[in-house]
Amino acid sequence: MKQRLEYLKETPSQTAGPYVHIGLAPGDAGFQIYNQELGRDIAGPNAKGERIRVEGLVIDGTGSPIKDVLLEVWQANAHGVHAHPEHPGDVEEDFRGWGRVITDFETGEWGFDTIKPGATPGRNGATQAPHINLWIVARGINLGLNTRLYFDDEESANAADPVINTIEWQRRRQTLIATRSVRDGIPVYRFDIRIQGEDETVFFDI
Amino acid sequence: MKKPAEFYQRDRRWHPPAYARDYKTSVARSPQYAAISLENTLSEITGPVFGHGDIDPIDNDLLSNFAEAGQSPIGERIIVHGRVLDENARPVPNTLVEIWQANASGRYRHKKDTYLGALDPNFGGCGRTLTDENGYYFFRTVKPGAYPWRNWVNDWRPAHIHFSIFGTGFAQRLITQLYFEGDPLIAKCPIVNTIPDPAAIEQLIAVLDMNATIPLDTIAYKFDIVLRGRRSTLFENRLEGN
Ligand SMILES: [Fe+2]
Repeated sequence: MKQRLEYLKETPSQTAGPYVHIGLAPGDAGFQIYNQELGRDIAGPNAKGERIRVEGLVIDGTGSPIKDVLLEVWQANAHGVHAHPEHPGDVEEDFRGWGRVITDFETGEWGFDTIKPGATPGRNGATQAPHINLWIVARGINLGLNTRLYFDDEESANAADPVINTIEWQRRRQTLIATRSVRDGIPVYRFDIRIQGEDETVFFDI
Repeated sequence: MKKPAEFYQRDRRWHPPAYARDYKTSVARSPQYAAISLENTLSEITGPVFGHGDIDPIDNDLLSNFAEAGQSPIGERIIVHGRVLDENARPVPNTLVEIWQANASGRYRHKKDTYLGALDPNFGGCGRTLTDENGYYFFRTVKPGAYPWRNWVNDWRPAHIHFSIFGTGFAQRLITQLYFEGDPLIAKCPIVNTIPDPAAIEQLIAVLDMNATIPLDTIAYKFDIVLRGRRSTLFENRLEGN
């Protein structure tokens, strides 16, 4: 006999199912219950930086939009600081950097308003290009999918980004780059996420 | 600057795979390429922080948080309680736990649920709470009913409560489901059986807890949750070569 390790095992994941909205966005399930729903305000009015909108679809292996998906957003502020005690630096009082996004039930389109994040510290003294972490859950997704959104107007920062550069295939790197346009004076970044099939989005095991 | 410690690698063989043939919806919703392994940066080690200003005390009481004054939902009154721990067996304090479930007849309060089971005017079906300084949480609710779903022609979900848990870092984010000890539908369920290891499935089965039961009032089930643990030693590796 040998000694035993005393670690616990992580609780295994199960799908969020089709009714995830009841728990995480009950107003969208069709009823009011909480005084405030969480994740509606990623960057409040005092948050500095460029105001942007991010929009897209989550597309399944048949090429169809997934209409019952829920995304969570996690990002740094315009100075590259996360609203978390372990990230040195200050964030604006009403900047949380976290949000919850659901789709239009008819079209599958989703979108959120935020500020464009700044570059953040990477490992070993490196700098990471501005990015937004996304976590995607839905019926049929057994374990939440992690990916990152980068910005197409950050070409040189993206080229030096240590995470993008861990992706061996140039072609697949493109799946992480949101494309900028301007609508009604507001920059809009388009970011379609392909769960499976041609141009499948890069997902990370973090 | 103190370098934040990273999380232990997630055991992907303990979790369900993305593609699970018998859970049909996963077939077109599962990535085919391997996920790219990413060592944690601050973007993964940090995550949202919640406080008592985000929620209300009544939010963890599904027996009353949607009911008309003086009324209660129909069904078996239960307490679900336990601790949120990490893989190092340390409590995770002040973390947000959110739940949602069907009512006692297996019906969800959701505009997309059209099951025959009746809606209960006194039951919303969601709750949330923060763990205390010992990682402890509890909810009061009714035991959910089993319900049918379209997978094979005659599939019924075992009674279950959906759980969403945060931890301290975005890398710990987890959604799972609680099942109830003794339910014969657990073993038949294609969603339960996406989990390959029977020992991992057992981790999702809440146990009847007579000591926590309130006599003549409410039956208790205990459900502990384990999130990813972190290294205790801080170090950097210098593997580059990418
Ligand atoms: Fe369910």
